[in-house]
Amino acid sequence: MSQYVLDRLAQELGPELIGTHAQHGDETALVTPQALRRSALLLRDDPALAMDMLVDITAVDHPQEAQRFEVVYHFHSLHHGHRVRLKVRPDSAEEPILDSLTDLWKGADWLERETFDMFGIRFAGHPDLRRLLLYPEFQGHPLRKDYPIDGEQPRIPERAGYPECDYDAEEDSERRAKGLQRALSPRVGPGVAATNGSRATHDEDGYPVPRQSFFLDMGPSHPAMHGTIRISVELEGEKIIGCDADIGFLHRGFEKMCENRTFNQAIVYTDRLNYVSPLINNVGWAMTIEKLLGVEVPERCQALRVLASEISRVADHLTCVAASTMEVGAFTAFLYLIEGREELYKLIERLCGGRVTTTYTRIGGVAADLPDGFAEAMQAAFAKTREMMSDVVKLLNGNRIFQDRMVGVGAISAADAISYGITGPFLRSTGVSYDVRKAAPYCGYEQYEFEVPVGSNGDNWDRYLVRMEEMRQAMRIAEQVMATLPGGPIRVADRSIVPPPKSEVYTTIEGAMNHFKLTMAGHGVSPPPGEAYGYVEGGNGELGFYVVTDGSDIAYRAHCRPPCLAPMSALPSILTGETVADVIATFGTVNMIGGELDR
Amino acid sequence: MGMTSSAAGNNGLNGSILLGKLDDMLGWARKFSIFQYPFITACCGMEYMSTACSHYDVDRFGAGLTRFSPRQADVLFVVGTISHKQAPYLLRVYQQICDPKWVVAFGGCTVGGGPYPNYAVLQGIDRILPVDLYIPGCPPRPEAVIDGLMQLQEIIQKEPHGRIQRS
Repeated sequence: MSQYVLDRLAQELGPELIGTHAQHGDETALVTPQALRRSALLLRDDPALAMDMLVDITAVDHPQEAQRFEVVYHFHSLHHGHRVRLKVRPDSAEEPILDSLTDLWKGADWLERETFDMFGIRFAGHPDLRRLLLYPEFQGHPLRKDYPIDGEQPRIPERAGYPECDYDAEEDSERRAKGLQRALSPRVGPGVAATNGSRATHDEDGYPVPRQSFFLDMGPSHPAMHGTIRISVELEGEKIIGCDADIGFLHRGFEKMCENRTFNQAIVYTDRLNYVSPLINNVGWAMTIEKLLGVEVPERCQALRVLASEISRVADHLTCVAASTMEVGAFTAFLYLIEGREELYKLIERLCGGRVTTTYTRIGGVAADLPDGFAEAMQAAFAKTREMMSDVVKLLNGNRIFQDRMVGVGAISAADAISYGITGPFLRSTGVSYDVRKAAPYCGYEQYEFEVPVGSNGDNWDRYLVRMEEMRQAMRIAEQVMATLPGGPIRVADRSIVPPPKSEVYTTIEGAMNHFKLTMAGHGVSPPPGEAYGYVEGGNGELGFYVVTDGSDIAYRAHCRPPCLAPMSALPSILTGETVADVIATFGTVNMIGGELDR
Repeated sequence: MGMTSSAAGNNGLNGSILLGKLDDMLGWARKFSIFQYPFITACCGMEYMSTACSHYDVDRFGAGLTRFSPRQADVLFVVGTISHKQAPYLLRVYQQICDPKWVVAFGGCTVGGGPYPNYAVLQGIDRILPVDLYIPGCPPRPEAVIDGLMQLQEIIQKEPHGRIQRS
């Protein structure tokens, strides 16, 4: 599809380009470490390529090989709509180091920190290469293949902890303050008051200006932070002059777990990524593995996946809007929206038996067909949701207090948003109409009519409006799916992917054997060796899975590209220059979901 | 709750006197005025929200007023996975809650690590805190949460309130 990207790279790089392939439709180029920056610059600046978005950086560990690590970059051009995967192998296995891309794409900052944290790969020229997800005293790098999955490193001694513990809170906060000072100082740029003695002691209205800035930690357990995160701000009065976000409090080894579980077992873990819209994660994972297998699921299965995704999207946005309005004081709106979500949870429960942790998809199909009476139940649930939403619109949209907290607060420009790799409602609020469902339709999204709402200012208010409109559109899609639901099977017929029905398992020898083979360890669904990046439109934007297989029934490398990592990495710069109260409003509309962010 | 209404009906007091043990009365008061500190980290928070909101209405059990300051809370709800990175902060919040206090482990991860037997996750919060009540489930349904809350009320009722010896 975008073979010309590879041709262009070959033309420019010559012998620096080690190899290319286009497995499963993903164009991939392997370049030498010395050519990394040149190729990145070419990809970004060549008008024919124009890769304005750095989607993801991760790595794969091959301990047996001389060039042990392989760092994998995914690029995307919003302008042309094409993608390319760039792979680089650092020369040294002991001290792997590559050039940093932080000056080319702002989003590279956190992505490189994560790769450093998980694999120990250094990036020369990175301004602040600290661990991103784990804690400073952690030894080793957990996603290396030689790091044991159960290699726990407790910060406080077990049992000895209570009632008194050895953990010295004061020492910790002192150490953090020092680290923070280092982290923040380069971010205090022009336009932000420099903290030196020459400042005016009174502002233009004659009020005294505090002489000293001070640090304030918000989180990791804070009333207005849904999700667990620490936002550290340096304040001058109420004004934020420096900001840093500390994430990883919910890092629970999703990727390591997926590299130790079969492909179907891993679906359970995808539920717990973005636990507000688990069905979308289920679909994304199943689609990626199906891409590796080279199978296409039947029409009815596709339609059911669309239906499930859209119901989940409504629940996701309801929760996000509910929580963010509650945090700015609109408690009634919170109760109303959660009441609407409750109806959707009941609906989801009818569909897959669980309210939050759904595990609805299977590799090659879905777990179950629609139950009886689902159409009517969906109609009733949507009616209730619409009623609650219209009440909330009446409560909020003309509300002066709410507007003051949202309009013009937490704004980001479209160019910055793209540079950070932001997708989803957050990007659309800046006016960029990028939606995976339109740009690269999957599961037959092209058959359904829906609008992609966009904002213009990229502020909290636009994000609120975009989410509200997306819920209406999602319900519209779900209703179209119900109206045009095709018949037929809900799983592929291939017996090496999907087990036969129980009636066959118990009565025929073939059925019993098929079932046995699929459930026995080492014999489950086994895609051929290869790699693929599959992506869907998640609740927060482009949810991607990068999976490397070695022919077994367990992924060699499973990586999730979490959509809310990019907006979170932009949050410190968005907040700098605003007031401390704006942290709450802006953080609410970012819709950080710990399970997805920290994995 | 072990208290009896004054049996003497004709003494002019009309049953307005209750007789019982002080412990019972304190327990009765405490179990219906639970001020909870929800330490919410993960997926379980979704079901915590569902339980706390109007549909399941946890206010019916006198536990509707969540407090986000440990100084004002008496029950610590640990809702969701606690990673090793998070553990010291959880312990600190626990230590800041005044006695008498109770701890509820909400969901599989807090009970024993849940589906995450790996390097990052604390395998059950009882490794660092004393836990009074475990609510299993991944996540527990609101009905299970309410059941757990009622059991917690039983526990609170039975505590010897005059002589609580804790940290």
